[in-house]
Amino acid sequence: MIYSILAVFLAGILTENFVLAKFLGICPFLGVSQKLDKALGMSIAVLFVMVASTAATHPIYTYFLVPMHLEYLQTIVFILVIAALVQFIEIFMKKTMKPLHKALGIYLPLITTNCAVLGITVLVIDKGNTFVEALASAAGSGAGFLAAMVIFAGVRERLESSDIPKFLQGLPITLIAASIVSLSFLGFQGILDGIKGVA
Amino acid sequence: MAEKKKLSSVLINGVLKENPVLVLILGTCPTLAISTSVVNALGMGVAATVVLACSNTVISALRKLIPDKVRIPAFITIIAGFVTMVQMLLKAFLPAIDEALGIYLPLIVVNCIILGRAEMFASKNRVLASALDGIGMGAGFTVALLLIALVRESLGTGTLMGAVNIPVLQEGGSIDPMIIFVLAPGGFFVYGLFIALAQKLGKEKVDTSAGACGACPAAAVCSKASEKEGKKA
Repeated sequence: MIYSILAVFLAGILTENFVLAKFLGICPFLGVSQKLDKALGMSIAVLFVMVASTAATHPIYTYFLVPMHLEYLQTIVFILVIAALVQFIEIFMKKTMKPLHKALGIYLPLITTNCAVLGITVLVIDKGNTFVEALASAAGSGAGFLAAMVIFAGVRERLESSDIPKFLQGLPITLIAASIVSLSFLGFQGILDGIKGVA
Repeated sequence: MAEKKKLSSVLINGVLKENPVLVLILGTCPTLAISTSVVNALGMGVAATVVLACSNTVISALRKLIPDKVRIPAFITIIAGFVTMVQMLLKAFLPAIDEALGIYLPLIVVNCIILGRAEMFASKNRVLASALDGIGMGAGFTVALLLIALVRESLGTGTLMGAVNIPVLQEGGSIDPMIIFVLAPGGFFVYGLFIALAQKLGKEKVDTSAGACGACPAAAVCSKASEKEGKKA
């Protein structure tokens, strides 16, 4: 049990990294990774919303949509729940947790349309995870997003001061750098079989 | 006559001058994820085009009825409705494509291209122009996806459309298949080179300083966010 949760969590960070292997959340990955502090704020907010929306949508799907045979409404229900949840979290944070809101609040409205969030809620349903596994998967994927963002912010700060051929300047070199970072994450392939072997 | 000319330019605009994938840099997630094979790219492109055209039409028709404050949730709901329809149609008639697109099919809902066009075009223009804009943008998305998929599939697996083998790129040919091209790093790499090419060929300099956020529907919120931050600092 513990091993399977650990495996799901680690898979989210290393082998099935949302950004570098599954291509989810590429927009913030390219858009907000210029500065380390912004990248950190954005990814903590994403991690938080991913876990919260999985915690909300998983029971809704299992105890409401499935018994009523409304599975086909999954997409609409999930996106609306996520949108409402993000709004709610923002209002709640503003009232009760001022410092946290100051740090993360500006990123929250952006997250509704982040495909990583809708992605994780649909993915755990597709994989048939239990509630606990789903939460672990969400936390792992969020942590993976954070890791990718932070690593890539460092790479981009280096890129700024490099001499780049003119036709590659801007986005092309950013994507090629992302390709190399993603290549290094391929090296983690197989690490999970090791963990499963222990279990 | 003038009106007609304008409509055709709206249609072509999406494919060339404002290609959503290669020039506006929108919808990067499905572009990178689905472009591993030409067949999947075609399926994704057509699915997104149908959703784009339908949602643009409906949103444009309702543009005067939707209150400004709740327009984004309203747009998302309309888009999600059409995505669900496409999902059900694919499940019923093309289950293989549905299987291949997997999670990226429901994720059309949060595809920046669709919400972006709703916000930037359909909510300000007439129904016919909006429908054509949807079709044009969808075609641009499909063409870009096909180009990227063509390179990745032929270099990565040595096949074309999953059926025709290219002898030169097969094992034992002059170039062995490079599996890396169908994996994640190859996606980033080929996409980066295509954007470089589009920048080189495009007459106007594309402003990529804002990264992928430039034309994103959330850009309005985003710039507000940075404004807020500016005030705080």
